[in-house]
Amino acid sequence: MAAVQETVDKVKSIDVDAYKYGFVTDIESERSAKGLSEETVRFISAKKNEPAWLTEWRLDAYRRWTTMREPNWARVHYPKIEYQDLYYYAAPKSAAGPKSLDEVDPELLRTYEKLGIPLREREILAGVQGAGTRVAVDAVFDSVSVATTFKAELAKAGVIFCPISEAVHSHPELVQKYLGSVVPVTDNYFATLNSAVFSDGSFVYIPPGVRCPMELSTYFRINEQNTGQFERTLIIADKGSYVSYLEGCTAPKRDENQLHAAVVELVTLDDAEIKYSTVQNWYPGDSEGRGGIYNFVTKRGDCRGARSKISWTQVETGSAITWKYPSCILRGDESRGEFYSIAISNGHQQVDSGTKMLHLGRNTSSRIISKGISAGQSNNTYRGQVFAHRKASGARNFTNCDSLLIGNRCGAHTVPYVESRNSSAQFEHEATTSKISDDQLFYCMQRGLSAEEATALIVNGFVRDVLQQLPMEFAVEAQKLISVSLEGSVG
Amino acid sequence: MLEIIDLHAEIDGKKILNGFSLTVKDGEVAAIMGPNGSGKSTLAYVVAGRAGYEVTGGDVRLNGKSLLDTGAHERAAAGFFLAFQYPLEIPGVTTMTFLKAAINAQRKQRGEAELSTPDFMKKVRAAAAKLGVRDEMLRRALNVGFSGGEKKRLEILQMVLLEPSFAILDETDSGLDIDALRIVGDGVNSLRSKDRGFLVITHYQRLLDHIVPDTVHVQSQGRIVKSGGPELAHELEKNGYRDYVAAAE
Repeated sequence: MAAVQETVDKVKSIDVDAYKYGFVTDIESERSAKGLSEETVRFISAKKNEPAWLTEWRLDAYRRWTTMREPNWARVHYPKIEYQDLYYYAAPKSAAGPKSLDEVDPELLRTYEKLGIPLREREILAGVQGAGTRVAVDAVFDSVSVATTFKAELAKAGVIFCPISEAVHSHPELVQKYLGSVVPVTDNYFATLNSAVFSDGSFVYIPPGVRCPMELSTYFRINEQNTGQFERTLIIADKGSYVSYLEGCTAPKRDENQLHAAVVELVTLDDAEIKYSTVQNWYPGDSEGRGGIYNFVTKRGDCRGARSKISWTQVETGSAITWKYPSCILRGDESRGEFYSIAISNGHQQVDSGTKMLHLGRNTSSRIISKGISAGQSNNTYRGQVFAHRKASGARNFTNCDSLLIGNRCGAHTVPYVESRNSSAQFEHEATTSKISDDQLFYCMQRGLSAEEATALIVNGFVRDVLQQLPMEFAVEAQKLISVSLEGSVG
Repeated sequence: MLEIIDLHAEIDGKKILNGFSLTVKDGEVAAIMGPNGSGKSTLAYVVAGRAGYEVTGGDVRLNGKSLLDTGAHERAAAGFFLAFQYPLEIPGVTTMTFLKAAINAQRKQRGEAELSTPDFMKKVRAAAAKLGVRDEMLRRALNVGFSGGEKKRLEILQMVLLEPSFAILDETDSGLDIDALRIVGDGVNSLRSKDRGFLVITHYQRLLDHIVPDTVHVQSQGRIVKSGGPELAHELEKNGYRDYVAAAE
């Protein structure tokens, strides 16, 4: 048996056991009634004590959603989603507005501990979590935020970092001004659904000229059965400010599929920069393709100000289906958008992901580096759009899409759309497809590495340019995750 | 000590090794010469445990233990090293990273502690300096964009760092200029010791001017057809393989 074949078989034989985060937290929760209706929307809005304008905003989204059709252009296949069979809101019963960590259900704290997510500031400060890296965390469990750390210290710098449900009350002017300003309510089927029923998520505002003193991050956890998760994240970087933000996601192993339809909106004003990193590790389903998260996410950044910059970095290893295109609207003159992506698919996973770089302002530039890795019987599609408006003189884009195949039953696809309406635009596109060869594996094994270690090493080399874009402590995490998602015994 | 005993092996149903037998003792340097297609590289691959070859008979023993039921990485950890004729490129993985991964993978298999980064760096720098491997090469992706000579030097560097008890050098001289040949030869000679054996596979006498063998063997049709001392290599250089090949048929 050829070495690659062995690896492929090994990879195939890994099922749910390789997924470390598949446990379920036993906690009492409160849910909305099953199905989606105006009542559900009102229920969610009432639960969060929302002002009338937001309730109306949600209802408007709901009404429009009922007239829309699910998109079918992506290269993904799944049985029809029964939207009336889902729950749209679930919250741990005890977690209604804990004032401090002491009031948070210990079961929840244990859950985040198991996930390796630091929620106790004191311990982090004491160095218990190792490395001494300080990261402010917002932890979202099913539909609500359960804890946000380092709020006081961030407030000193003028940074607002809180659950969006809280921001609605504490900073209504900001929320009302920016919510839906990047991803309009009617943008697409899933974004509209999210607008109607979004539960919680993070809100970040960085005041003018402030460099956020620490990394911000949100950890999303789906726990409840048959419950959709619809978070909403809104980040605003005011003039001349900077923030680096990371989101992480996990979910228990369940036999049925779970829907996740999030919306993320980023806004940068003049000279501001947002660096947004994602390590997406939703449950991918078992070796037969049962279960796993349907990840239909709309992420978009608006470089509204001149010389502003938005950079998306994503490491995608989870979900049964991934449908997501973190994009940049390069509206401000000389603004810059970046997209760095590692998308790994294994088993029966389907990935259709990429980005959109819409050049509207003058002398805008963008860069796309996408690394797709397909193993098992998975399909991995890069779909990207680069567009220059007729006024976008001097627009520049560089795109590089590399695909790596492991085994001979998986697929890699690249679907670039490039459109320029301005003759001074310069767009470059490079793409390669390669395969891990038996020779490479044998060479590494002759030097002492097992087949799994060799595969992980080669894959890590393949994705190196993108890993370097991640904040250091997360790059290490991502590297481990890549090994785990491709191998059974490594890591 | 490497013992190859009546080894039969095939790939895709095609017989390549036909009762190959050879013993190389500790401290001995043996050379195998032979025409193209005589199965020299196959021998190296089968001993190294490359997937895809089927051993249909015989045995291979390293220091008295059979290797046949073990994987390539296990043989490496047991002290076997193969210097490749065509070293592979691993894009994105720096030479330094690769060396560290290899050393620690072997140590892990043997139940030893991982080498600390400072210890590792010290070791690599010292060995690299001797072999004329520049620091810049260690920071580049493994073998990517390296010249033929650089690749071969790096093979020897890996051999020095992994300290095998037995090494096969598969046509290490191919693609080398005279200076590189000397550096590679010096590298191998510096590793010669009473408890380490070598098997040097080559087409030409010239490598054996630098690495003087204790024994020389002629391979044809998948087995040894003639054995002798260093003088046999000179004779082959003059007369070619024809007589031995004919005798084997």
